[in-house]
Amino acid sequence: MIPASFDYKRAGSAEEAISLLGEYGDDAKLLAGGHSLVPLMKYRLAAPAVIIDIGKVADLSYINDGGDHIAIGALTRHRDIEISELVNSQIPLLAAATRNVGDPQVRHRGTIGGSVAHGDPASDTPSAMLALRATFVATGPNGSREIASDDFFSGFLETALADDELLTEIRINKVPDAKFSFQKFNRRAQDWAIVGASILVNGADTGVGLVNMDSKPIRSAAVEAAVASGATAADAAEQAAEGVEPPADLNASVEYRQHLARVLTRRGLLESGVS
Amino acid sequence: MNVNGGAQSHDVEPRTLLVHYIRENCGLTGTNVGCDSSSCGACTIHVNGEAVKSCTMLAVQTEGDEITTIEGLADGETLHPMQQAFHECHALQCGYCTPGMVMAAVSLLDEQPNANEAEVREGLEGNLCRCTGYHNIVKAVLSLSGGDK
Repeated sequence: MIPASFDYKRAGSAEEAISLLGEYGDDAKLLAGGHSLVPLMKYRLAAPAVIIDIGKVADLSYINDGGDHIAIGALTRHRDIEISELVNSQIPLLAAATRNVGDPQVRHRGTIGGSVAHGDPASDTPSAMLALRATFVATGPNGSREIASDDFFSGFLETALADDELLTEIRINKVPDAKFSFQKFNRRAQDWAIVGASILVNGADTGVGLVNMDSKPIRSAAVEAAVASGATAADAAEQAAEGVEPPADLNASVEYRQHLARVLTRRGLLESGVS
Repeated sequence: MNVNGGAQSHDVEPRTLLVHYIRENCGLTGTNVGCDSSSCGACTIHVNGEAVKSCTMLAVQTEGDEITTIEGLADGETLHPMQQAFHECHALQCGYCTPGMVMAAVSLLDEQPNANEAEVREGLEGNLCRCTGYHNIVKAVLSLSGGDK
């Protein structure tokens, strides 16, 4: 399978990428690691007229200690996050979710920014971003702005990023003492999640992010509120499918996904110390 | 780019996949196309020392990079230790997955030199063997691992 023809531009810096985005507008797609976009282009589900390759913008690949938070450059590869001492000690839920992305080859190339900016409800890491209340830094021609994770994912493969904005950094508050769990149900190794759940319990604060339970990555505010009000893991997890509309496909019906969301949320809460 | 230690330079369309560049422009047909959808791992090669699936990359993304394919592993007539281990453990049946499997296994032990059996099985999850000859493949990789067998 070969993608449709496109014009190829390589950006040497974030500024150059933003300027190219300004020039080509929504005819252009950014290419980072390419492990979400290239498959779509091969299946001809995407046929951008212009590809802006940011894969060699090295200064957007980093994991830094920002004091109260960890700052991750958008072009940091999954593999670097998976093995990062900082990530594993300060925000281990993200490391756990990242270890479940694809397979080692995919994690060598795929980037955290590419993955979340793709906005795929079936991706593993956005659920962790939601549970961890990550902040996304978008940079455009007029500078940078912060976007809260709750406002970032806006629809199926859609985010709050404007056409001329580049996701440059992800900031996640340190939670070294939080209990956490990443749950994923799939049929075969390396498959996408049929349903998944990121659970974070940090003292009185609970974060629950769900994979593949709506047209976009979502938080389960109902489960979070139930845990906060003292519900057991089993009772709180019953809320996991409330008010969400998961997709139906060859792998699972709506009802089966709702069932999986309840089961995985319960397991995750139990693993995170909710009794 | 540099492929197996030699410079390769060709003009290609931007949409040329890396695996096709390697097979058709470089003439290195050891790298196979299996599923063509980044599931099976038959097209696994190394870019700058790390295993990747070359069906899911554009050749232009690797301009200036160091590429190693299955043809670049052996030292003249002497097989790479991983190739030798596959030979000795009968870790192939039809052989179609073998080039990708060997490249993934070399990358795996580079990163986890003491991988145990569970880690080897997990580490090779991106490579499918449709002959289902996994036991001997795992045995071959474990024979080179320094970890508990």
